[in-house]
Amino acid sequence: MDWINAIVQGTLLGGLYALFAAGLSLIFGVMRLVNIAHGDLIVLAAYLGLSVSTGLGIHPLMALALVVPIMAAIGYVLQRGILNRTLGDDLLPPLLVTFGLSVILQNALLEIYSADPQKLQAGAIETASLQLGPLALGYLPLLMFVCSVAIIAGLQWMFYHTALGRAFRATSDRQDVAQLMGLNRAHVFGLAMALALAVTAVAGVFLGIRTSFDPSIGGGRLIFGFEAVIIGGLGNIWGTLAGGVVLGISQSIGAEINPGWQVLAGHVVFLAIIALRPRGLFPRMD
Amino acid sequence: MTHAVTRSSRTSRIAAVVGVALLLGLAAAPWWAGRADMRLMGEIFLFLSLATLWNLLAGYAGLVSVGQQAYVGLGGYSLFALTILAGVPAIWAIPLVGLLGALVAVPVAVLIFRLRGAYFAIGTWVIAEVFRLTAAQVSVLGGGSGTSLPADVVRDMAEGRDAREALAYWLALGVAVLVLGLAFAILRSRLGLALTALRDNELAARSLGIDIWRTKFIVYVATAGLTAMIGALIFIQKLRISPDAAFSVNDWTAFVIFIVVIGGIGTLEGPIIGTLVFFALREILADLGTIYLIALGVVAIVVMLRAPAGLWGLIRARTGAELFPISHRVRGETQQGDR
Repeated sequence: MDWINAIVQGTLLGGLYALFAAGLSLIFGVMRLVNIAHGDLIVLAAYLGLSVSTGLGIHPLMALALVVPIMAAIGYVLQRGILNRTLGDDLLPPLLVTFGLSVILQNALLEIYSADPQKLQAGAIETASLQLGPLALGYLPLLMFVCSVAIIAGLQWMFYHTALGRAFRATSDRQDVAQLMGLNRAHVFGLAMALALAVTAVAGVFLGIRTSFDPSIGGGRLIFGFEAVIIGGLGNIWGTLAGGVVLGISQSIGAEINPGWQVLAGHVVFLAIIALRPRGLFPRMD
Repeated sequence: MTHAVTRSSRTSRIAAVVGVALLLGLAAAPWWAGRADMRLMGEIFLFLSLATLWNLLAGYAGLVSVGQQAYVGLGGYSLFALTILAGVPAIWAIPLVGLLGALVAVPVAVLIFRLRGAYFAIGTWVIAEVFRLTAAQVSVLGGGSGTSLPADVVRDMAEGRDAREALAYWLALGVAVLVLGLAFAILRSRLGLALTALRDNELAARSLGIDIWRTKFIVYVATAGLTAMIGALIFIQKLRISPDAAFSVNDWTAFVIFIVVIGGIGTLEGPIIGTLVFFALREILADLGTIYLIALGVVAIVVMLRAPAGLWGLIRARTGAELFPISHRVRGETQQGDR
């Protein structure tokens, strides 16, 4: 029974990892940019959620109404102001610039909020659970999982059924031709980063409600998101959900065997997957 | 008109003479420098070595690793394990640690070379995390909270504190000379030619018959072994190790990358200049704590955007100077006089 419980809890946790991964996957898919600061941006969103919910005295989930547009605006400005200048054939400039951003963000958060762990207080819903036979499903993890699936479905729909999605796919396929067709590449990239950070905002606030956080945990979250992207298969939006769930289940089974092995088990499964299927479980893109 | 191909130039010959004089002066530091200065210089040598190795990986072999802390930490932990658990004297443990680092790098390379580009980068970070979490499980070395080097191991290294400090200093200087000398020798060799071709254009290099995988593999494994030795020296200086300190991505990778980028990636001179700038900034701004790290990040971003070839790139573009004679220069005999 413990094992079934571990699998169910791992699946729910996987929804959160899929949200970490969705932002990464989106910006890599559209502009081939790997953002080392992604994890620190997730932590930034959690801190924004903290400031908004305590400042205005509202529930952290209500704070999303402010955190999401703020993060989207940060994304657009960041992309147009700095990151667009780093894009090209060379992998190093975006990597180094986002590494620099990561160190700046971590230390700025440390300066403002100190190193003390924080948590977003979500009230009674944190402990309420749905009893399904012998399984207890927390309402909060369940809600987060449903939200994650809905966001990923929304991204998939946006990508294949809207003018914006068409613009993303066009610039992703051939930047110069898309530019000739009247798309402003710099603006499209700005929008992609805005959308990615809007998703990241939700991920950050969910993370902050689920566990305590401090300025140093960004790197770990980046790695979880990255592992989910690779496990799911590059360029596949639904794949990020599958990857997140595989990672979540691996971690909770690892924790079931030995509490010290939770994160390690996730990494080991990831390494096993790149050894056996280097293109991930459901690859879409070369 | 006949032509001659030369490698050395007047600048490089002067640099060689100055370099040897500087090296002799530095080797004599225990007789003229204070303890604090020697510790700082030792740290500078170790960072210079880390930066030179990362530059060889990322600047030449195109292996952009953000996980070199895996080998720094492995080196530190292996040293502690060999001295504490196996009773090997610290001095003999250092070359063993280097060998171990290279051995561990072989299966790691086979695995993560499957990932390309940016995904390779983060894959190396995952490896470092696996090493860190594994180290935290080793309870004989203190588990998650780490352990100190026992007093008798430290005492066996040399008689008295001054002799010990001098030894640690010479080891750091020695490894820096070894790493720079090796990088210089590699870049002037056949392998170096392959690496330079790789740096400039991987596709063109492959079409000329260079075995890309093998070249990268050799560089990755050699770098890993040397990085592990540097890790051992770092923790001989610190005398204390913990998983978070040994496998810190900021200390052993982010700062090292900043050093290389600020100095100039893809040149041997770049990391030297970058290391001096890094430590100058640190000594000036150290009191500011986190503000200093924010400033460092800003400087790295500005250099990357405005001068991607780094400070040495700027100097070289103006003067064509080369302190380490690596490239070939073609000169007409008539110009021989103005060399």
